[in-house]
Amino acid sequence: MREFAASVVKEFLHIFRDRRTILIAMVMPVVQIILFGFAVSTEVNDVRVVFCGDMSDPAIRNAVDRMDNNRYLRITGRIDSPDEVEGVFRKNRADAIVLFGRDFGSGLVQPGHSQVRIVGDGSDPNTAQMITSYIKGVLQAEQTDFSISFTGEKKTSMTPVVQLMYNPAMKSSYNFVPGVMGLILMLICSMMTAVSIVREKETGTLELLLVSPVRPLWIIVSKMIPYLVLSAVNFISILLLSHYVMEVPVNGSILLLSAAALVFVVTSLALGLLISVISPNQRTALLICGMGLTMPTMIFSGIIFPCESMPEILQWFSDIIPAKWFIIIVKKVMIQGSGLASAAKEMLILTGMAAVLLAVSIKSFRTRLQ
Amino acid sequence: MVSDAVEIRNLTKRFGDFTAVDNISFNVRRGEIFGFLGANGAGKTTAMRILCGLSRPTSGEGTVAGYDINTQQEKIKRRIGYMSQKFSLYPDLTVRENIRLFGGIYGLKDKEIKEKTDTLLSMLDMRQERDKFAGSLPLGWKQKLAFSIAMIHDPEIIFLDEPTGGVDPETRRRFWEMIYDASEKGTTVFVTTHYMDEAEYCDRVSVMVDGRIAALDSPERLKEMYRAENMDEVFRTIVGRSGKEDSR
Repeated sequence: MREFAASVVKEFLHIFRDRRTILIAMVMPVVQIILFGFAVSTEVNDVRVVFCGDMSDPAIRNAVDRMDNNRYLRITGRIDSPDEVEGVFRKNRADAIVLFGRDFGSGLVQPGHSQVRIVGDGSDPNTAQMITSYIKGVLQAEQTDFSISFTGEKKTSMTPVVQLMYNPAMKSSYNFVPGVMGLILMLICSMMTAVSIVREKETGTLELLLVSPVRPLWIIVSKMIPYLVLSAVNFISILLLSHYVMEVPVNGSILLLSAAALVFVVTSLALGLLISVISPNQRTALLICGMGLTMPTMIFSGIIFPCESMPEILQWFSDIIPAKWFIIIVKKVMIQGSGLASAAKEMLILTGMAAVLLAVSIKSFRTRLQ
Repeated sequence: MVSDAVEIRNLTKRFGDFTAVDNISFNVRRGEIFGFLGANGAGKTTAMRILCGLSRPTSGEGTVAGYDINTQQEKIKRRIGYMSQKFSLYPDLTVRENIRLFGGIYGLKDKEIKEKTDTLLSMLDMRQERDKFAGSLPLGWKQKLAFSIAMIHDPEIIFLDEPTGGVDPETRRRFWEMIYDASEKGTTVFVTTHYMDEAEYCDRVSVMVDGRIAALDSPERLKEMYRAENMDEVFRTIVGRSGKEDSR
């Protein structure tokens, strides 16, 4: 074991000596989380709402109050007539405008219906859609409360109320935090392991290790351990960042989440080893990792595009990406708070992938040595 | 009975259709400096890798340091040292860390490593440089350090794979002084080289051509046999006769 310990220490020294490695390993996760969190967001957040309506009408006042008190909405102004709508959008003074109909309050009581119009800025269709449906939800809640207070019972109405479980504000961080986690762990474990093994292959120092009494398998394990530790650190920092900065809840069991991460990390390490066996030099290893792992992970894991809307063939293809299954597990456990039972299928698939990849990569590494 | 340091019988290594090592047999005596010559691609690296336990022969048998090359590779690895043509140290580790690492992977205890580090540094006159990165040392120093590190666990046999590639003659000469020192202390030295003047320093020399050993004897006897002035001529004659271009 002393031999093994010496080679693990060496691997850590390599990492700490190489500024680029440290940069990729420690800074990239933080940057990615922040970047995805603040720059790439299509979510409802701090929406500026301008309204048009008679403030002496108590029903309107209540509705406006309710919107203003909502944590994602902010009333920024009032316009006197619907004619001003265009001007407000042109000057970019609002993200949405709510127009209350004339006699809004009495209309609610007397004929039983009133008019309210929500105007969104369609130049950014995705965001507009989300904002308007969010406001609609808020107003519907107001309507329900109003009818309860008025009739004393919950009025049954056929108006469908869309409610998004687990992520009512449609925060995109709920989607990308699991995605980034998968991406980072994959990158750290497979790319860096592959590059570090190939680098030693290139410089010829791998021979030195192989000719020593340390068994080849242990040499490989000692190369993987630092990256395992790094990914644990990253895993924790991503969780902390997403919890405290992105306000993504961790609803499920941390233990289960960590177990899934461990299986995924083993899968990625095995992939890294496999890539190191087939790559003659560092550049090839990087290229294979970039094109063969990072790109498909980005595309197929649902970080950017939902897999469900892909053509069937591509969906099949996405099934062989380990990150996809990991990300599904993270979503289930972290966001939905599910237990092992509901993520069992994905866990099983991921574990199977880990086992197969590990067996194949170790076997091919051994064959290459002979 | 004390066996020879290396005994090889009918060793063959094939890669698919290509026979890299073709049925070679030879012995290396204990304490001897054994030169292993051959053009590039003649099979000397492949043969050496088998002796070091890095690769298994297709057929044939033999022992290194008394252990079977087919079955006892792990035991062989503990008793041999290895230094390769390429730079044998980690450039991003300091001199001391390199010594620590190789002491460690050869199973030396912490106390032993500390002692070794002290002796090594004073022997090489590198106390000042102990915390410098190995990559920043001049080439000659690197090689001396690499050699000393390859000897850190007092191996019975040291394998040197073109250890002096790309070094000026003066540095090479000083490097060979270290080899002689090691040999005098009883270490068997197995060295491959391109430089024919180095072949003259060896006790015995084997010349590999196309996977076979074309000649094996002391430099003096070989020169006599081929009526040559120096080893360079000997080598040219042997390789030329086999219809091969000399690579260097």
